[in-house]
Amino acid sequence: MEANLIDKSVIETGEMVLNMGPQHPSTHGVLRLKIHTDGEVVSKIEPIIGYLHRCFEKHCEKLSYEQIVPFTDRCDYLASMHMDHAYSIAVERLLDIELPGRVEYIRVIIAELQRIASHLVAVGTFGLDVGAITPFTWTIRDRERVLDLFETLCGARLLYNYIWPGGVSHDLPPKFIERTLDFLDYFDPQIDELNNLLTTNKIFIERTADVGILPPEVGINFGVSGPSLRGSGVNFDLRKNEPYSIYSKFDFDVPLGRGEMGTIGDTWDRYYVRVLEMRESAKIIRQACAQLPDGDVHAALPKKIRPNAGEVYGRYESARGDVGFYIMSNGKNIPMRLKMRSPAFCNLSVLSEISEGWMISDVIAILGSLDIVLGEIDR
Amino acid sequence: MTSIFDSLQQSLAFLNLDLFMLLSLIALLGGTVIFLVMAVNALVAVYFERKVSAFMQDRLGPMEVGILGFKGGKKFWGGIGQTLADAIKLLTKEDILPKSSDKFLMILAPFIIFSGAFLTFIGVPFAQNIVISDFNIGLFYIVAMSSIGVIGIILAGWSSNNKWSLYGAMRAAAQIISYEIPIGLSLLLVVIVSGSLHLGDIVQWQESNRWFIFHSPFTFLAFFIYFISIVAETNRTPFDIPEAESELVAGWMTEYSGFRWALFFLSEYANMLIVCIVASIVFLGGWLSPLHLINIFPESWYILDGPLLGLFWVSFKAVILIFIMMWFRWTFPRLRVDQLMYVCWKVFIPFALANLFFVSLWELIF
Repeated sequence: MEANLIDKSVIETGEMVLNMGPQHPSTHGVLRLKIHTDGEVVSKIEPIIGYLHRCFEKHCEKLSYEQIVPFTDRCDYLASMHMDHAYSIAVERLLDIELPGRVEYIRVIIAELQRIASHLVAVGTFGLDVGAITPFTWTIRDRERVLDLFETLCGARLLYNYIWPGGVSHDLPPKFIERTLDFLDYFDPQIDELNNLLTTNKIFIERTADVGILPPEVGINFGVSGPSLRGSGVNFDLRKNEPYSIYSKFDFDVPLGRGEMGTIGDTWDRYYVRVLEMRESAKIIRQACAQLPDGDVHAALPKKIRPNAGEVYGRYESARGDVGFYIMSNGKNIPMRLKMRSPAFCNLSVLSEISEGWMISDVIAILGSLDIVLGEIDR
Repeated sequence: MTSIFDSLQQSLAFLNLDLFMLLSLIALLGGTVIFLVMAVNALVAVYFERKVSAFMQDRLGPMEVGILGFKGGKKFWGGIGQTLADAIKLLTKEDILPKSSDKFLMILAPFIIFSGAFLTFIGVPFAQNIVISDFNIGLFYIVAMSSIGVIGIILAGWSSNNKWSLYGAMRAAAQIISYEIPIGLSLLLVVIVSGSLHLGDIVQWQESNRWFIFHSPFTFLAFFIYFISIVAETNRTPFDIPEAESELVAGWMTEYSGFRWALFFLSEYANMLIVCIVASIVFLGGWLSPLHLINIFPESWYILDGPLLGLFWVSFKAVILIFIMMWFRWTFPRLRVDQLMYVCWKVFIPFALANLFFVSLWELIF
């Protein structure tokens, strides 16, 4: 009698497929996640990308080497300088030229400022993802100062086209070094403030510690790099492991996730590695500013860059991880083939692996902690 | 003359209407007053919230919109016409009903939520005798009426035919129903001590004894359980998971726009005001001035009491509580669903039950 009260055949208890994005406040761009859920618990995630695909690599086959720089800008729009720098390093390696000392120092200062700016966005939006709104406005306020510096540098605030193959577009403007040091003096206490407000907040720790644990071997297998991998305790930073530019001259540490609040490789670790990296970047900038030599800001290059036939692969530690530019030249002034390794793409690929079994809210926190930029993933 | 209802009934007696007409007239007047209070509360609270958030986030907030050219000031109080402009915008906005939604329920839902908040106001005293109708079970009535809204929330989430709205509605239902238990238990404690469900009597008790928050360690704890639970009950950060912007876009109100959405907004801020007024009446001495706490000149503080000053004290206490709720919202991250339930069922309810037991002992002993 009781058994017939509920006809179980008409009650569907299957999984529900939930579409998150492409228009969603927390997918950090036009990312679509197909989430298979059972109630709040996520069983499978399929990231669907390509909404921002702009044929970057194909365009590069039609553009001369100098013309590619504005396009690399638009790959990772939160760390444009890193993209330009990575590309320029690859081209310079292909040309096999030596750069003036001043160029390298300027590039390092700019790249580390850019890392601070990019991590500020990552940290702030991560706070936003777990529901804290105020840290975001604070970090954006501080990032504004970096952007102001960049504006005096090259006139642009987001897409700079500043670092070119063979040099930088302009020398530093007057007082740039003083203003940079002023910013750093201002910035160090701001990190403590951020830690007070967000990092050590009990609710924040509850939400992020022990959530979305990325074991080191899984991270390595999926090709995760950058702060997301270092959060798992893997000491891999191209600035140390494969020093490019002049990074071997500076004294800085590579912050690693230590599982202070939970397990090594959890969301909190990935977040906190970024906070610590900002301090290390500030350290590098101070050293570079102290040592900045005089000199030219362009290497002697012909007007049209024509590398000899050959191929090169340049690696670079951008704010999101290991950026690679593979360039194949056939002796013309346009590359025959250009392939970019996108760190955010590899970082995103691990999302499904580490967020199964967590809740929808956690998926958003995990996605935020991977710090993806869709412009770079889709290219 | 214990309530607005009674005094209106007396003062309108000269019209010589029959009882039904008189009651309808009084209901109309009372309803208008409540609606005005709700509207003004929303206008002020939204502006206050925007300014508080701006202040905490190193911004200025709205600065440009003024009323008839009066913008309010250059620093913190600029843009005082902003919420008025927002309200006009919401009322004139296109009203969208999604094609595949359950239209009847979708239209009905905002009104259920609104009437929940509206009806609660009937029993909420703003000062001694300044209450629409003075129930002798006022506290019970308020708790009962404020839980009507959850039906509207479920209807809104269900009828929108949107998975995100459904998630929001289910979360909201689970959350609000769960948190009503600690709220009820902490209010019950006050009822046990004062021996009355009548809000006026509760304040009377506090006048002759002391404020409930300072009455015993258990009532002190009960105030905090109550306050944190009302933050959850009104769906505000850190318990705003039903409308978690970064997860569910806007939760159960995702598909709503224009006037219906404005009704949600109105009820939300009205609920905030209600729970804060109840907290200040039940635990913080209601319309008694804070000088009642200092017993140096026991008679002298009576000059700070009275109908108008009572109104001031109630709103002052409520505004402070509302400010604390805003402070929470702009500094805390959000809890997860299971953590929220954990806090309610494994922390608040056991503590509130234990509280209830110990306060009974306390009353027996002292």
